[in-house]
Amino acid sequence: MTRSCAEPIADPEARTAAEAARAAEAVARSGYGKLVAILSARHRDVAAAEDALAEAFALALEDWPTKGVPQSPEAWLLTVARRRIIDGIRRERTAAGAVDHLKLVGEELAAREAPEIPDERLALMFACAHPALDPGIRAPLILQTLLGFDAAAIASAFLTAPATMGQRLVRAKRKIRDAGIPFEVPTGAELAPRLGAVLDAIYAAFAEGWLDPGGTDARSRPLADEAIGLGRVVVALLPEEPEALGLLSLMLHAEARRAARRDIDGGFVPLAAQDPRRWDAARIDEAEALLRRASQLPGAGRFQLEAAIQSAHAARRVHGRADWPAICALYEVLLASTGSPVVAVNRAVALAEVEGARAGLEALAMWDADPRLADYQPYWAARAELLARAGEVEAAQEAYGRAMGLESDPSVRRHLDRRRAAVAAAEAGDHHAER
Amino acid sequence: MKFLCLAYEEEARLNALSRPEWDALRSETLAYVGILQKSGHLILTNALQSARMASTVRVRDGERSVLDGPYAETREQLGGFFLIEARDREEAIELAARWPSARLGSIEVRPVEEVLREERRY
Repeated sequence: MTRSCAEPIADPEARTAAEAARAAEAVARSGYGKLVAILSARHRDVAAAEDALAEAFALALEDWPTKGVPQSPEAWLLTVARRRIIDGIRRERTAAGAVDHLKLVGEELAAREAPEIPDERLALMFACAHPALDPGIRAPLILQTLLGFDAAAIASAFLTAPATMGQRLVRAKRKIRDAGIPFEVPTGAELAPRLGAVLDAIYAAFAEGWLDPGGTDARSRPLADEAIGLGRVVVALLPEEPEALGLLSLMLHAEARRAARRDIDGGFVPLAAQDPRRWDAARIDEAEALLRRASQLPGAGRFQLEAAIQSAHAARRVHGRADWPAICALYEVLLASTGSPVVAVNRAVALAEVEGARAGLEALAMWDADPRLADYQPYWAARAELLARAGEVEAAQEAYGRAMGLESDPSVRRHLDRRRAAVAAAEAGDHHAER
Repeated sequence: MKFLCLAYEEEARLNALSRPEWDALRSETLAYVGILQKSGHLILTNALQSARMASTVRVRDGERSVLDGPYAETREQLGGFFLIEARDREEAIELAARWPSARLGSIEVRPVEEVLREERRY
């Protein structure tokens, strides 16, 4: 029998089951990372913590419909998952296990007396972004352990085969356990570089979610929102770190423009063509406030600079035009410090706005042979646009084609195809006029 | 699951593309092939020479006949193929829809039969 969603569920048993499922779903969304962080901290065994928590969730779906949803679902899940871990250790029957067992029982009792659950998520993030782990696996690891994404969803977001991603995640967790990677927030001089790795991983997750608004398994849970949530966790726990503030500001600035990137037909609208009135003013205001806070603290890192660039774009809200000279100058500082080809592409685009398309193309030319740009869609799209503006229509069309081949979003592909056709038609028109 | 994607296109229509249009389509295709390789989806792909170059072979009662030209004279002819590994039909269609010549012609997406069945062919 099928039932429409709007129809009330009459059967009380079905109703309590639905309530239990909703309660479990709510914890899975909001508390998953917190629980994994606590469960994995002692043994540094993330996989065991995830397994135990999965079992606890399964038990909750059996138990809650009949016994009711507990007062604190999170504490309930934590206690059950801890027991599972204890059972696992008992089975191992090692002396070290026995000691850990006692500690866990103690923690369990303590947890009963004080159901307040400490926030260890930052420590887990630092473990996941530890320098001993391959940088490419850090963001996927954070998405899995803190947000509960499965390997297949992460693989589709990061354009990797699911089996490969699964293996890499398993290996990374094993490494955390076996190499004794600590679950702690570093202090002193160690904090800045280690925090950088955490922020990089969060930003990688955000960028995947932002560039890929549809067509992945992660679509039901917007990666970008989740990354912003993680950024908020870091800012809440490390409020005096300018780069953490910078990253959150940067993400909020980008997110503020999400709705404006689509026209009413769902077509892609590039930044330059966006209507600033469709930008989310509340998010921009929050981003600007974070950036101000960051600028009052010593040191300006990559994320603060990038947030400042987005702030200069947002100036269009007030002045009707982005502050291109400022954007160009900021990208130059960023390029000098990062040497990143991605920054070089953005700087070339900004330079073209200030000094013309030729200047932009010359700036790009220095990077044309960089193998990192061969598959980088924004490079080809930027190149196509600058070539078109400079009147090199044939080369522009080929570059548009390359950009289309690299683009996963169909609406962006359509936008590029229209641009290509428009550029070709304009030239055909010119020839016609010449004759 | 493996899927054989057959790209049908009107040869005349492709021949009518201007040089820059063809360059754009070619670059787009090569770039997308690169993406499919990286993501582990692509097993094999090739473009085919013109259907005019085809030979159609039949053996009846031990007699071999070879006809010049494709199996069927249709407006759209097989112009290329790509063999992919996809999670399911939905993903295979998603991947095929991104194939650039899908905008000009048609892509037939066919699940591969891994082992020839013992009972009944279809």
